[in-house]
Formats: sequence, C-alpha cells, structure tokens
Amino acid sequence: MILQLLASTLRVSTPLLFAALGGLCSERAGVINIALEGLMLVGAFGAAVGTFAGHSPWLGSALGMGAGVALAAAYGVFVIRLRANQIVAGTAINMLALGLTPFLCKILYDVTGSTPAIPAGERFHSAPLYWSGIAVGLCWFGLKFTPAGLWVKFAGEHPDALESAGVRVNRVRWLALLLSGALAGLGGASLSIFLSSSSSRNMTAGRGFMALAALIFGKWKPVPTALACLLFGFSEAVQVRLQLQGVTLWGQEPIPAQLIQILPYVVTILVLGGFVGRSRAPKALGIPFCKD
Amino acid sequence: MNDPPSSDFGAASELRMKRLLQPLLALAVGLTIGLAATWAAGENPVHVLRILAKSAVGSRYDLGMTLFYSTPLIFTGLSVAVAFQAGLFNIGGEGQLTLGALAAAAVGALWPGLPGPWAPILAACAAALAGTAWGSIPGWLRARRGSHEVINTIMLNFVAAGLASYVALHLLKNPDSQNPETRSIGPGYLLHPWAMLGGAPVGLALPLALLAAVCVWVWLWRTTLGFEIRAVVQNEKAARAAGIDAGRIRILALAVAGGLAGLVGVAEVLGNAGRFRMGFSPEYGFIGIAVALLGRNRPAGVVAAALLFGALHKGAADLDLETEHVTRELSLVLQAFIILSVSAEGMWSWITQPRTRLQAKLKG
Repeated sequence: MILQLLASTLRVSTPLLFAALGGLCSERAGVINIALEGLMLVGAFGAAVGTFAGHSPWLGSALGMGAGVALAAAYGVFVIRLRANQIVAGTAINMLALGLTPFLCKILYDVTGSTPAIPAGERFHSAPLYWSGIAVGLCWFGLKFTPAGLWVKFAGEHPDALESAGVRVNRVRWLALLLSGALAGLGGASLSIFLSSSSSRNMTAGRGFMALAALIFGKWKPVPTALACLLFGFSEAVQVRLQLQGVTLWGQEPIPAQLIQILPYVVTILVLGGFVGRSRAPKALGIPFCKD
Repeated sequence: MNDPPSSDFGAASELRMKRLLQPLLALAVGLTIGLAATWAAGENPVHVLRILAKSAVGSRYDLGMTLFYSTPLIFTGLSVAVAFQAGLFNIGGEGQLTLGALAAAAVGALWPGLPGPWAPILAACAAALAGTAWGSIPGWLRARRGSHEVINTIMLNFVAAGLASYVALHLLKNPDSQNPETRSIGPGYLLHPWAMLGGAPVGLALPLALLAAVCVWVWLWRTTLGFEIRAVVQNEKAARAAGIDAGRIRILALAVAGGLAGLVGVAEVLGNAGRFRMGFSPEYGFIGIAVALLGRNRPAGVVAAALLFGALHKGAADLDLETEHVTRELSLVLQAFIILSVSAEGMWSWITQPRTRLQAKLKG
C-alpha cells in the first residue's frame, strides 16, 4: 500500500515537474508565467492528436511540445514585443487555450468532449517519469554552471546589467519563454498520453497553477521546486486513494478529500506570506524590459 | 504619446479619444481574429456573426438571457476595477463569488422559513460579507506580509472551490439530487424574474448590479476615501507624505472588491438556481478581468463591457447547434483576443505612430 502510494505519487508528479520547471525558466528570466495552465492544456491536446495520428507517443510528445512552444510564442509577442501586462496577457492565454482546444477538437474529430482514445500500446508507460528526473538535473546544472543560466538569472534580477554586458535581455527572455513552453507542453503531454489516454476539455484542471505554486514554494530553485512538486503530487495521490477507499483515520467519518485537495494551496499562501520560511521572487519579475 | 502636446486642451481631448478608441480598436481586432478562426474552420463568418447576434438579442427571452449573463459580469468587472484603481490585481473573483453564493445558499437553507423582503436582504448581506472576508485575506497578506495578491488570489480560488465542494457534499447536501449542490433555499428568498423578459431569470439582481456601479463611481471619484485610494497608485510617496496608510487602503480595496464579487451569489442563488451548485460559474471571475480591462476600469465602461460579454456568451451558446464546425467555446477565444489586444500597451503606439516605428527601424 505504501509502495503503491509512492509509485502513484511519482506518476502524478510528472506533469507538475515539467510545468514547474517550465515556469522556473521563464520566471527566473523575469517573465511571469500565469499562462502555464494554458501551455499545459495545448500540450496535452497536441500530444493526444499527434499520438492518435502518428501511432507513436514520441511523435505525440513532440507535437505537444511544439504546441506549447507556439502558444508561448504568442504570449511572448504580447508580453515581450508589445509590453502587455504579463498577468492580464497570461490570463488571456489561459482562456485562449481553454477555448481553442475544444474548438480544434470539434474541427478534427467532430466532438467537443475529448479526443479519441489512444490504445494502451501506443501510450507511454514510464518514460516521462525518467525524463522529468533528468529535466530537473539539467535545469539545476544549467542554471548553476552554464553561461546561459547566468544570463537567465541576470535577465530576471538585473536586466540592465546584462544589457550593458552586451547580452540582449529580450533575446534571453524569448529563449527562456520558448523553453518554458516546450517544458509545459511536455507536462501536458504526460497528462494526456502517459497518465490517461486522451485529451479532454480543461483536463489540466488547475495543475498549471499548482505547478506555479510549487515553483513559489520551491523558492524559484530547481531542486526545492521538484521536491515541492513531489509533495503536491503526494497530496494528490493520497486524495485519489481517499476518494476510492474512504479511509477512516479518526472516528467513523472518512477524511474529506476536499480538505486534502486544498492543502498545497494553503501551504503556498503560508510560504509566500513568510509564515513558513520565506520565498523571494526574482527582482525584475513582471517588468517589461525596454532599452532606453 | 511621446510627442509633447501642443496645449493642455489638445492633450486632454487626445487622451479622451485614446480612451474611447483603444477599447473599440481592441474589440475590432479581437472580433476579426476570432471570426477569421471560424472562417478557417470552414464556416461563413457573416453567418456566424448573424447567429451570434440573433442568439444574443433575437427575442425577449434571448435578451433576458444576455442580461442574465451580464449581471454577474458587472459585479466581477467592478470587483476587478476597484482593485485595479488601488493598483491591485484581483484574480480571485472566482473564489470570492463562489463563497458569496455559498453563503447566500447557506443562509437560505439553514433558515428557510424567513419571510421576504428580509430574507433576500439577509442573504445578500451574507453573500457580500463572505466575499469581503475572502477578499480581505489577500489584501491583508499584501499589506502586512508583502506577498503578492496575484498568487494569493489564485491559490484562494482553489481553496474556495475545495471548501465549497466540502460544504455542498457533506454539510448542506441536497438529499434529492445526485449533483454536487446544496439544499434549496426557502421560498421567501427568491427574487422573481420579470415577466417581460420571456421567463429569463432576470430580476432585482440586475438593478442591484447597476446600483453597485453607481456606488463605486461615487465612492472612487466623489469621496475623499476614493481619492486616497486612487492617490496611492498614482504616487505612493506623496500619498504617504499626506498621511495616507497605503496598507490600509490596499486591504480596504480588496475587501470591497471581494464583496462586489460575492454579490454574484445574489444573481445566481436568489435570482436563478435557488441553491448553490458547484461549478455554476462559467469563469465569471476571469471574464470579469476582461470586462474591467475593456471598460478601462471605469464603472460605466464596466457596465457596457459586461453587456457586450454577456451578449457574446449567450450568442455563442447556440453555435453548437446552428453551425457544423464551430462550438460555443468560440466566445472564450474571442474574449481572449479582445483582452490581448486591449492589454498590449505597445500595440496602440505601434499602430498610431508609424513615423516613430519607421525611425526606429532605420536606426536599427
């Protein structure tokens, strides 16, 4: 039972891990990523479409990543090129993904509910789980030991210093944002072709925001963020188990699953408010860079 | 807007022009892109537009349903606008309206025997209070703990959804239904729909929303406190020097914003369903952001934008049946493009100042 719970924790954490790392990339570079939810959603949709059409989860995840990158590019045009408010534009991107996926689903398959089911043989069984671990390692290494990682951190903390050092801030932000789209798309892909067998309307159901919460709980650092994802994944796994079995720990009343469901969010509020540790955002987060 | 204005009068009228034109331009851009998407899907955009219009205002009932969807949007749009006037982002409308509706339904379910006119007044107060309480949490966190209200309001949306589903499934469960909803409220609470709108559930909640818009306008633009709120955004240092407590202002603004969103409960619970139903809101809280933005955070603008988005929502509802390829989700796509175009600060100057753009290009 414990082993099962751990295994399902790892599985349900996978989409969160990818999305949170994606959020980390863009936020460390100074671009707020409320749009993670939408990026995941199009990633899930793209992956399901690609797998169904190409009979290969590899092709599917490539398409999912591509969809994430495309939507991230749209977001980038507005927030980097046109200096739109990042929170407003992020909300709009989420709305766009929520509306666009059933819209495309209807065009492609003539149904609005969900994409056609993908047979078990064409889905992933464990691969994304390993990738997510590797992605955490790469992200940690890249941020800490490579020049690109340094640029990203400077773009988010002291963009002016970076620009005077001869590196184009907005170019760094663009690349970080596109990478963010790819990772979040992969997160969505692991939702649709790894954890389930199709992409349905609003299938992310707030996981993008939960990834954002994990990112803040993890203080915008790769390894703590990954641990936060695992913790949130654990609470999701426990909650699923409770809903299936109705475990009673105290008295006769089963523990209400809804109260466990809200725990990650409450924890994030407490952490951000400095009640449990302190989490500080990158200094230039959310401020469009304008060379003047 | 980089060129120095020729005179104060010229600058003022130019600014007014921009304020009016920018949302209209955004609307045009959003509609064009959205309709182009329907064309790409293989539909005739004119046909789609005609369905949208017919379904939104084609009959008394359709018009009523448009007003029914607009009412909550006036509340959530005002909520976002009030917070915005204090320099804050209220992404928490969804959570605030959920708890507002839950509170109204709880009062109505726990004391079903209460007679009208007191019953709906009590339930409305409960809705506003619950929203106020929920809104002041991120306000307090921002003012006293320095944590950003955007993240906190998003997190509180999920917390509110969890709490509401707990109450609806365990504490106040409707024994006669399989759906996640609370027991029915007493008959004394119900606001009766106006007969002239062909049975659409529009009643006193609509004038209440309009009254709220007037109150917000008077409060923000005609009282000292309102002036203080707007002053904090425009120049926090000066405001502080004048003895204004910016923290207190922030808490107050988000509390009022929460209360306004909570009043959605009046329209939904007292005016429509007679109970709290999980997931009743088609993202009213998020669409409220678009409404406030398009209405340029002014009460009159919010009302106009809410009517438009209400019409869009109702109009798109018939697309599933009346077209072959386009679904009702088109309204979300349209709204997203409208928000994006209205929020793109750079776009306006990009379009209105081809001269500077050319110069910038020549400079490299």
